Amino acid sequence: MTIYLTIAVIVLIFVVIFQISKASEYVSTLKGDETSRKQNNKINGALMVVFLVLGLFGVWYCNHILFDKTLLAHDSGSVEGARVDSMLWVTLAVTGFVFIGTQIVLFWFSYKFQEKENRKVFYFPHSNSLEVLWTVVPAIVLTVLVVIGLRNWFLFTGAPPQNAMQVEITGKQFGWIFRYPGKDGAFGKKYYKNIDPASNSIGLIWDDQLTHDDVVTEQTMYLVKGRPVKLIIGSRDVIHDVGLSQFRLKMDAVPGIPTTLWFTPKYTTAEMKEITGNPNFVYEISCDQMCGNGHYSMKGIIEVVSQEEYDLWMAKQKPYYLAAFPDKDPTNAPTVDSTKLKPVVAKAEIKM
Amino acid sequence: MSNEAVLHTHSGAHDGHGDHSHEHHHETFITKYVFSQDHKMIAKQFLITGMVWAVLGGLMSVLFRLQLGYPDQSFPWLEDILGKWAKGGHITPEAYYALVTTHGTVLVFFVLTAGLSGTFANFLIPLQIGARDMASPFMNMLSYWFFFIAGLVMLCSVFVETGPFSGGWTAYPPLSALGDASPGSKTGMDLWLISMALFVVSSLLGGLNYIATVLNMRTKGMSMTRLPLTIWALFFTAVLGVLSFPVLFSGFILLIFDRNFGTSFYLSDIFVNGVGALPNEGGSAILYQHLFWFLGHPEVYIILLPAMGMVSEIMSVNSRKPIFGYMAMIGSLFAIAILAFLVWAHHMFVTGLNPFLGSVFVLLTLLIAVPSAIKVFNWLTTLWRGNIRFTPGMLFAIGFVSLFISGGLTGIWLGNSALNIHLHDTYFVIAHFHIVMGVASMFGMFAGIYHWFPKMYGRFMNNTLAYIHFWVTIAGAYMIFWPMHYEGLAGMPRRYYDYSIWESFKQFQGLNQFISLVAMIVFAAQFLFLFNFFYSVFKGRKVTTQNPWESNTLEWTTPIHPGHGNWVGEIPEVHRWAYDYGKDGVDFIPQTTPVGADESHH
Repeated sequence: MTIYLTIAVIVLIFVVIFQISKASEYVSTLKGDETSRKQNNKINGALMVVFLVLGLFGVWYCNHILFDKTLLAHDSGSVEGARVDSMLWVTLAVTGFVFIGTQIVLFWFSYKFQEKENRKVFYFPHSNSLEVLWTVVPAIVLTVLVVIGLRNWFLFTGAPPQNAMQVEITGKQFGWIFRYPGKDGAFGKKYYKNIDPASNSIGLIWDDQLTHDDVVTEQTMYLVKGRPVKLIIGSRDVIHDVGLSQFRLKMDAVPGIPTTLWFTPKYTTAEMKEITGNPNFVYEISCDQMCGNGHYSMKGIIEVVSQEEYDLWMAKQKPYYLAAFPDKDPTNAPTVDSTKLKPVVAKAEIKM
Repeated sequence: MSNEAVLHTHSGAHDGHGDHSHEHHHETFITKYVFSQDHKMIAKQFLITGMVWAVLGGLMSVLFRLQLGYPDQSFPWLEDILGKWAKGGHITPEAYYALVTTHGTVLVFFVLTAGLSGTFANFLIPLQIGARDMASPFMNMLSYWFFFIAGLVMLCSVFVETGPFSGGWTAYPPLSALGDASPGSKTGMDLWLISMALFVVSSLLGGLNYIATVLNMRTKGMSMTRLPLTIWALFFTAVLGVLSFPVLFSGFILLIFDRNFGTSFYLSDIFVNGVGALPNEGGSAILYQHLFWFLGHPEVYIILLPAMGMVSEIMSVNSRKPIFGYMAMIGSLFAIAILAFLVWAHHMFVTGLNPFLGSVFVLLTLLIAVPSAIKVFNWLTTLWRGNIRFTPGMLFAIGFVSLFISGGLTGIWLGNSALNIHLHDTYFVIAHFHIVMGVASMFGMFAGIYHWFPKMYGRFMNNTLAYIHFWVTIAGAYMIFWPMHYEGLAGMPRRYYDYSIWESFKQFQGLNQFISLVAMIVFAAQFLFLFNFFYSVFKGRKVTTQNPWESNTLEWTTPIHPGHGNWVGEIPEVHRWAYDYGKDGVDFIPQTTPVGADESHH
């Protein structure tokens, strides 16, 4: 019922607007083109100024109510992200200045130079000095922005510091899988045809000894405050994107082509809860590249903790190898049966 | 080849009327309105088809905005119209993504490419350069009908059982290549590809024609540097399309091979849930993105340049003042056209692109801001000390400049890779390209329609309705897209069906609701325009003078209702550029007026 009522009201509004417009057209025909054009000109000229003033107020008001909801309201979660923020402020200052200046000029000129009977237009087809001025000035300003940008860009995409820890992150429809290199500090090899969702979610090659102490988890990634981390990013199926808005960074996860991203977490999750004033705060990994119907729910969590907490957590993790072969786990089975290994690999290979 | 000769080589339909072909065509309904070879009729066909698609595409955005604005509310009527795609009155994720994808494809290609440059290149090129028709009217007709069929195929894809394609308008593989990864990538994607292939054909047929016509068929005295800026813009648009659409097509061909013939151009190392490991190895998913964006970026300018050209023309006419810096305007169009081919990878900064390569693209991308800045300052200077008439066309032209500034400036943010790495694929991007490419070009299109409607139909549109349309649309467009920058600055990703599970993004629920509400109002306001348009075609106030806007260009020297062939008798000769407004105290001097002995030089 309400829907019909709404439609009726909308139609009615349209009819009224139409009738008024029609009537005004008759009136203007009676008055003559000249007169009605002048009248319309006055109204629209005035509206130009009204729009400018209300628009600038709207810009201020929008900022007033939304600023605190953005990331700019608090510090970046990573050291590198702080550079993004400062660059963002510089860019905002430059573009904001141009924005306000040109919009004022645009609407003010429109108002000021609206048709007047005795105004003689200024025949002004070109001016070399003006044109050179607004070619050179933007070029210089942009050069400054490019220089700032590229310095940051090469830092972000360059080699991570020596002491960086490594975590591998793999996207799949619709979730994230994390792998830590384990005690040996090195990742074992993997091959996608070995993937078995139940026991080998990223296709580790068990023949490679280096895989045996690799730790594989899902849902939550643990990182250490102040310690740079290099993410080795991959995907199991379609393109995903590791979106780290709190750290101000992101990088695509492309099947077949590993990518990397490094940063230095600046605050622990607990500290960030205080900084943001939000007791439910968590660092979230959002998938930022359309990856299918569950794209919007592809969430991961990053828990930034102190080194001690991290060590404590890591000590509790079992290598993935032992999860895949429970009988190899010294805490489970006293005897080690190495023949178990082969059938699993063979099974994975059949899928080829 | 002269225009006369061209017309006469097309015997058949034109026999017997030739030069005096105005208003006494003995054409059937079919040859006049359906398979017409008259550029003016083809332009109207493009325009009206574009309008139909704009309504459908806009309606899609209203539907998915309902989901974003009111995720918890159920709308039983949605189930009535969408069936299983809105079970229980909630749009399903499949339907949401299909709507988002189809909205993007339709608006970018069908409305803002075919509807904009298809309409105005066809309508304005022969009329403003002084030609009787396009170089090849038959190819021109084919161009429209390929576009029409492309549209039909796209429409069919909406009705297949597995749904239309739902992987985003950019159609990145592997998602678009694997039906097992997304139901929309099954039959829906096949139809999407067929539709797009047909569209590329249409676009090439049209583009080649536009280029040939502008280069070869200008009337006597119409040197390239006397062309109105509309023609320059439409010319560069056609060049961009002709050079870049084939690359997109090649990308699609490889995708078709990967989908149907077991090749591995884009596929490698893939394990699909429920299916297992795929045999493909060695392909590169990034290759597709290079091929796609090699069109995709010029495409932005294919959409924007015609609007820029029309705005330049309309602004000069209604300021009663020459466009400021005509040569700089052409130069900046040229620079934009060249740079358009050299910046495509700025869409790919976060794909793992080589950082050095990325830095080159940063430089070239920000370089585009220079010609863009020149254009903006030249428009502002055109207004300065003019005598402005706020016709509806002029209002939309001013609105275009405002939007182009707002959306262009955020391009400086996104083109800088170190900021892009933060803002990529967030609502900041949505805000940026909707303002600068979507709404701004739409404003250019509205400006063009209001301005040239009297030439198209010999009647005026209703001014009051047009003024309401303008003010509601510009205010609404800013209210929709301006706050989205803030969502982007919170890192809110685009293409999400629901944000309620995200601690970082759920604070914008109220804002999303506001945006959806405004979007619906603005969508409704467009019906004022549509109604005005169709009503005025039949019942609008009649044009009584040949040159209602007191404009210099050639189209206003044709009869009020030009027939096929445009001019009765000789095509007029051109003696000057198109922008002698207010020269030596004379309000306007049409291009056909010979230069007087005592006239000043500029």
